Amino acid sequence: MRINLSKRNIKDPFVVKVEELSGQNLLACYQCGKCSAGCPAVSEMDILPNQIIRYAQLGLKNELLQSKSIWICASCFTCNARCPKGINIAEIIEAIRQILLRKREDHVNLNKLSDAEKGDVPPIAIISNLRKFTS
Amino acid sequence: MKISYYPGCTLKNNAKNFEDSTLCSLKKLGIEVEELPRWNCCGTVFSLATDDLIHHVAPIRNLIRTKESNSEKIMTLCAMCFNTLKRANERVKADPESLEKINDFMYLEKINYEGDVKVLHLLEILRDEVKFENIAKKVVKPLKNLKVANYYGCLLVRPKEIGLDDVENPTILENLTTVLGADPADFPFKTECCASYQTVDKPEIVAERAFQILTSAQSQGADVVAVSCPLCAFNLDHRQKETVKKYPEFKNIPILYFSQILAIALSCPEESLRFDLHFVDPKPILKEKGLI
Repeated sequence: MRINLSKRNIKDPFVVKVEELSGQNLLACYQCGKCSAGCPAVSEMDILPNQIIRYAQLGLKNELLQSKSIWICASCFTCNARCPKGINIAEIIEAIRQILLRKREDHVNLNKLSDAEKGDVPPIAIISNLRKFTS
Repeated sequence: MKISYYPGCTLKNNAKNFEDSTLCSLKKLGIEVEELPRWNCCGTVFSLATDDLIHHVAPIRNLIRTKESNSEKIMTLCAMCFNTLKRANERVKADPESLEKINDFMYLEKINYEGDVKVLHLLEILRDEVKFENIAKKVVKPLKNLKVANYYGCLLVRPKEIGLDDVENPTILENLTTVLGADPADFPFKTECCASYQTVDKPEIVAERAFQILTSAQSQGADVVAVSCPLCAFNLDHRQKETVKKYPEFKNIPILYFSQILAIALSCPEESLRFDLHFVDPKPILKEKGLI
């Protein structure tokens, strides 16, 4: 894919917002890739966790907001536990989700699931799913 | 010893087997349990966004209830409740300004929360207060020949600031199952995520995770997998239905709460084990080992 690097993208308010909401310094990441190496969900992702940070550093807002990965991460915190720079990657991914959710762009609509699909999932599953995927 | 107990929603529903087996075990160990009056939902997930204080109100309100019941500590069973309550507590302890805002928001509460309640998991109570060596003395039915793969999932051990054991290689469950006479099976997937709440709208991801985690446990000879989180329990047990569809060669393996294993060793009645709530029936293997 073609990536457009520009000063304007790097200084985009989106980057500031991600840093603010996550409380993380994006430039602390030196791309060692340890987060992606240990992530149990990479097989489902289109952009790997270390790439998410790189994209955020470069202000590639649309690529991040449209990525599948931000909805795959289940905040298991394995990446956070292993980052040699102490970056909380899960918080960065949460910040990107929040930017969409705060525009009321929900990721799930549980009303669309049939009773059979919902099955007998426990209340904690429903509540955490709604907490993570709806505004 | 008397302890305040925060059950949370799922312990009263899908995870009644977790609650009943725990209450029976604690009674056998001489611990009096008092359910927190007027407890409310913990929110299930700790809010990660820095500016989002409102979602810390629910967990902190439970800590106010704890104070109201004249207790300085609260015992949790569900790993999600443990994580959410403990992290919210640590968050406000480290940031007096947000604690003040949360207290101001709950101005109708009689108690101003000061960050002085201790959030504990049942496993910590068993390890640090009852102590495993004392549990060993109370074992009536040693779990001989039962190979148990102990699965921690995420929220008991991560983030490491609040985890109850080593972040990469926890052993608290192995230590417990060992004093109960069982044979713990170490396996590399013991702290790997089960895909959690993805189970609601993306069950296929969970079925795949269950396959990876459970076949790893089976490769170490495990008879059963012990869990401590009701969502892990659902994903690893009930989603085996989907796992078998995807991998017809997959062989079902029973999932038990560690508290059920404890209850068996302490000779609690079978009603307290609530095997009717399981998808994969644990009775055949437990009968084979002469445990029920």
